[in-house]
Amino acid sequence: MTEMLKQYFKLSNILVTVAILVLFAAVNIGIETGFIDDYYKLNLFLICINIILAVSLNIINGMTGQFSIGHAGFMAIGAYGSAIMTLKLGYPFAVGILVGAVAAALCGILVGLPTLRLKGDYLAIATLGFGEIIRVVILNIDYVGGAAGLNGISQYTDWPWIFSLTVITVLVIKNFMTSTHGRACISIRENEIAAETMGIDITRYKVIAFTMGAFFAGVAGALHAHYFYTIQPTTFGFLKSFDILVYVVLGGLGSMTGSVIAATGLTILSAYLQDYAELRMVIYSLLLIVVMLVRPQGLLGTAELSFDGIRRFFSRQTGKGRGAGNDSAVG
Amino acid sequence: MILLSVNHLSKTFGGLKAVSDVNMELKIGELVGLIGPNGAGKTTVFNLLTGVYTPTEGDIALRRETLVGLKPWQINQKGIARTFQNIRLFSNLTVMDNVKIAYHQHRSYGMLSAILRLPGFYRGEEEMVKKAEDLLEIFKLSHKKHEVAKNLPYGEQRRLEIARALAAQPQLLLLDEPAAGMNPQETAELMEMIRWVRKHFNLTILLIEHDMSLVMGICERIYVLDYGQIIAQGTPNEIKSNPKVIEAYLGEDVSHAVS
Repeated sequence: MTEMLKQYFKLSNILVTVAILVLFAAVNIGIETGFIDDYYKLNLFLICINIILAVSLNIINGMTGQFSIGHAGFMAIGAYGSAIMTLKLGYPFAVGILVGAVAAALCGILVGLPTLRLKGDYLAIATLGFGEIIRVVILNIDYVGGAAGLNGISQYTDWPWIFSLTVITVLVIKNFMTSTHGRACISIRENEIAAETMGIDITRYKVIAFTMGAFFAGVAGALHAHYFYTIQPTTFGFLKSFDILVYVVLGGLGSMTGSVIAATGLTILSAYLQDYAELRMVIYSLLLIVVMLVRPQGLLGTAELSFDGIRRFFSRQTGKGRGAGNDSAVG
Repeated sequence: MILLSVNHLSKTFGGLKAVSDVNMELKIGELVGLIGPNGAGKTTVFNLLTGVYTPTEGDIALRRETLVGLKPWQINQKGIARTFQNIRLFSNLTVMDNVKIAYHQHRSYGMLSAILRLPGFYRGEEEMVKKAEDLLEIFKLSHKKHEVAKNLPYGEQRRLEIARALAAQPQLLLLDEPAAGMNPQETAELMEMIRWVRKHFNLTILLIEHDMSLVMGICERIYVLDYGQIIAQGTPNEIKSNPKVIEAYLGEDVSHAVS
């Protein structure tokens, strides 16, 4: 039993918990006192939403290796589902988030089952089509406002909600990734035939990946809807899907740390480029081209930042004095 | 007691009969070789046995239970594991993870305890690591457990593939050219290892191999496949002197000259 407790009270776990709490409290005080003004707050919230979107897409594209480019579709379902619950039916925000996320997850299964026979480019096209179908369907439902969208959604999304849900999302996905179920997903990415002949039910794990990815995209959608008062079908077009895809590819397909870093960095970058609207996409694209030329596997490849990795890096540096590449700092 | 029985197995690709009317029987604990010239259909037989291809005709049964129509992962869980001629490791993962993935089907914790990190997760992972370490020890890969699989030398990749196959805890092990690309010393070590593993894990083994010293050295029985058909079967000595086999390998003229 003491062995078990040691697992929970490892130094790294304590440090991470403290860091999370400090970050939460610091920002919370900043917002309360007005030190963090509305502009910074907006970008901070966008960073959180984008992190959730990036790590959730990373389950599908990075871990399981199924190239999906319709992620904004799942986000739209979460946004509309939650907004209907709070705005139209008067349920509390928590119910809204849950319903939005579950609805998105169900769509994940719905898309997953028939399209998972497809591979590579074909799957990408199918998911792109799915994202567009959702957008067009919503556009034509008068109940949710059609093209004008839903207006007057209460702003329930505050710092405690968005921060805790971001942390929970990252933790859940990280825990999934480092379990035997996560490894089953990764084995599909690495070699589908070998995975299948080693007893991995590949269809099941592909559907699980799609469902989990869609669920958290739904959470992000719900948070988005309840921050911006209003949602329109155009917000969730394929350009949004590509934005999310860029975070994942730039950070490194399969790396959670990479997704978080890329989502944060690119959100900040596009905030700074807001003043040069006409140049924004040019600079953004140039950056992508450069990164893909220099590091085609993404910033972090499939590596993760971890305490064990850092420890191993330093022990190698001091122990053997062997020059280790930056990949060994992450493991 | 018969473990695997293959009856009238055929596979056609378009107009090509890759495997036709193959009959095989493997008793529990046997070590059997499957040989034949290039393109004879040996790997196709393996792909049929493991469910990668579905047979056009015929039946495959493991302990009298038919395997036709099952998915590869279901067949693996029934007790058939294999290695590949062109190595198919999870090449960007560590040696340890490669083996742990094959243990997935024997996992002791569910997804919820993984996500919530309940005690069952830590217990299950510990158990998996221990089992994987034992296997890596046997295959002399312990010291490389944190290395990425693609960085291993060729011979070690082959050994890792066998270790991974055994992690699934099969009854029948199919080895597709395990000694390909190995030097004579590595081949000799591999032979020892196959013998030892068979005894230790109570395995039945069917292996494809071109290295005749290995096949003749360890197989108790041999099937010879040529143009998709079994042309001979018997003990290594019977096979060596079978005119049909010599003909298949060396051509008709030579076989006349020999006999």
